[in-house]
Amino acid sequence: MNIVVLVKQVPDTATERKLDPADSTVDRAASDGVINELDEYAIEEALLLKEKHGGEVTILSAGPDQATDSIRKALSMGADKAVHLNDAALHGSDALQTAYALAQALGTVEYDLVILGSESTDARTGVVGAALAEYLGLPQLTLANKVDIDGTSVRIQRQTDEGYDVVEATLPAVVSVVEKINEPRYPSFKLIMAAKKKPVAKLGAADAGIDTARVGLANATTEVVDFAAAPPRAAGTVVKDEGNGGVQIADYLAAKKFL
Amino acid sequence: MSHRLTPEHEDLRRTVEDFARTEVAPVIGDYYERGAFPYEVIAAMGRMGLFGLPFPEEHGGMGGDYFALCLALEELARVDSSVAITLEAGVSLGAMPIHRFGSAEQKKTWLPRLCSGEALGAFGLTEPGAGSDAGGTRTTAELVDGGWVVNGVKSFITNSGTDITALVTVTAVTGTRPDGRPEISAILVPSGTPGFALGQKYSKVGWNASDTNELVFTDCRVPEANLVGERGRGYAQFLRILDEGRVAIAALSVGLAQGCVDESVRYAGERSAFGRNIGHYQAIQFKIADMEARAHTARLAYYDAASRMLAGEPFKKQAAIAKLVASNAAMDNARDATQVFGGYGFMNEYPVGRFYRDAKILEIGEGTSEVQRMLIARELGLPA
Ligand SMILES: Cc1cc2nc3c(=O)[nH]c(=O)nc-3n(C[C@H](O)[C@H](O)[C@H](O)COP(=O)(O)OP(=O)(O)OC[C@H]3O[C@@H](n4cnc5c(N)ncnc54)[C@H](O)[C@@H]3O)c2cc1C
Ligand SMILES: Cc1cc2nc3c(=O)[nH]c(=O)nc-3n(C[C@H](O)[C@H](O)[C@H](O)COP(=O)(O)OP(=O)(O)OC[C@H]3O[C@@H](n4cnc5c(N)ncnc54)[C@H](O)[C@@H]3O)c2cc1C
Repeated sequence: MNIVVLVKQVPDTATERKLDPADSTVDRAASDGVINELDEYAIEEALLLKEKHGGEVTILSAGPDQATDSIRKALSMGADKAVHLNDAALHGSDALQTAYALAQALGTVEYDLVILGSESTDARTGVVGAALAEYLGLPQLTLANKVDIDGTSVRIQRQTDEGYDVVEATLPAVVSVVEKINEPRYPSFKLIMAAKKKPVAKLGAADAGIDTARVGLANATTEVVDFAAAPPRAAGTVVKDEGNGGVQIADYLAAKKFL
Repeated sequence: MSHRLTPEHEDLRRTVEDFARTEVAPVIGDYYERGAFPYEVIAAMGRMGLFGLPFPEEHGGMGGDYFALCLALEELARVDSSVAITLEAGVSLGAMPIHRFGSAEQKKTWLPRLCSGEALGAFGLTEPGAGSDAGGTRTTAELVDGGWVVNGVKSFITNSGTDITALVTVTAVTGTRPDGRPEISAILVPSGTPGFALGQKYSKVGWNASDTNELVFTDCRVPEANLVGERGRGYAQFLRILDEGRVAIAALSVGLAQGCVDESVRYAGERSAFGRNIGHYQAIQFKIADMEARAHTARLAYYDAASRMLAGEPFKKQAAIAKLVASNAAMDNARDATQVFGGYGFMNEYPVGRFYRDAKILEIGEGTSEVQRMLIARELGLPA
């Protein structure tokens, strides 16, 4: 069972995140890069599946030089090897183009299953998984909170508002995960030390057979026309409990249509 | 010439920092209040391999070094000292004597469990009448019919009475040397051995989520093979262990000192008095700047001692200096951080209240500040 996990490096949500005013792309130098949180769950799930079924876990990340930090972290959680797609031509690619580029890069790896986070914490489109499956011509199972494999097929619990659906597909397939699925492990020092010896294949656009006329800011299918900082949070409403605090809160929530 | 961390050490530091913030910080205050041992947190630290950090992989260790342990201790103590001292004592006092002086059989039997954190080891040197003057040990171990019979009392022994404590190694008088002075050896006593009991329960000022006990040995019999290292070398062996342990305690102290800075910076930006955040007042800024300077210099002191230790160079003096300076920094920073927090600093619900209670022991355990000064003076050639 060979599994590829897609890992995106995103700006740390704990720090202030900025867009670059020059070209409206994420200012990646402005804050520390970390693994997109849901991708840690994807890595953990791949490692659990590997522990059960054997095989190899490969990390695939498209991103600039500094994404190597996140790749090393993914390897120190226990993945076996990595592919780093890094090319200036990819800068500013939108979700569709990213999915295309990732699909091309996947052509350089053998896999039975692709696992990814269901959404990133920066661009948050949540479409890469779907677009990728389309480019690869593979079934996609999304929002998994449980994954089981039996050799030729994969079955997931797809999280819904009411509970979950059970969905099945034949392998190879693309599965996106939600955070209910597991509890990502912390890297051990042994694996941290071992990570530096694990192979990381560095791919340029040409190595992956990516048509550079189809990627990058200039060719993006979407355009950021304008952006503005979120307005500072307004002062909240203070509810003074004079015996009816609960009622006041319920009324407030009802007025906002939360109840 | 560099005190910058290697990428591997930096990755470990960040991993433990993340772990301490997300797994330890939210739960530890409750354990501390109840004086309960945090088994779940310790188990998670075990799964990360922290208890095996400086040990070779063949015995279940992580194949890292002592400095890696120090970094982990610093990051844990930034958030909480009880879990940090549990790790420190488990590794540098519990497992290290076996790793360094134990027989092949002892290593095989004990190290894998100790390295995984599933079991804890303890080390009993201090006695009611012998602390700084540990050579004054009264506990005896007599060789009778192929077994050691241990009698005596040990005081303040960390990790010695938890549900997962596997053993305690004790120093004991095993005879008289040719010069008439007592011959001191180290004997490994597994938990549950008849005649090995926990004594009075302590009520501690700090480290309340760590385990400390008095140990009472009454005709406690263990096999002859439980001698750790050479007969008659018990005290000398432990002096080496204590030199290393000082660097670890220095790292832990730096963590506490840095935790005080972290908390103070945050609070100074939140708390307002006289119409402004208190962080605007120079008196607060200078206090925090001094705290940061103390933490930083103490960190460099322990980095230096550790780098000498790893290079196989003499490090006794540097270890003593690091422990002296870092425990001072922890104590001073805890006092200042509590001041920055005002009345809230005196409340146990804030971490700084815990830091305040946990700092003092750092000037006492594993060699008091006076003992560190004695060691430094001796290294300078002043008379013993
Ligand atoms: C105009 C514009 C400019 C942009 N400029 C840049 C830029 O310069 N650089 C940049 O990095 N982003 C840039 N972005 C963001 C970028 O388009 C998207 O982040 C990216 O295409 C993926 O979309 P998403 O993050 O919304 O993915 P989602 O669909 O929310 O993510 C789902 C999952 O897809 C996987 N995934 C997503 N992206 C990657 C990746 N790169 N490598 C591996 N796995 C991945 C992860 O597993 C992730 O959890 C820009 C966005 C816009 C709108
Ligand atoms: C929470 C806790 C955990 C501990 N864990 C362990 C453990 O796991 N294993 C273990 O073996 N021990 C442990 N100890 C014991 C600790 O190491 C001793 O308390 C410490 O070494 C001091 O010994 P003492 O208490 O006997 O003080 P004493 O030696 O009686 O010292 C009293 C005072 O006299 C000073 N003094 C002593 N001699 C001199 C001198 N020659 N010149 C100047 N001043 C001097 C000391 O500095 C101190 O200020 C622990 C203690 C505590 C509180």
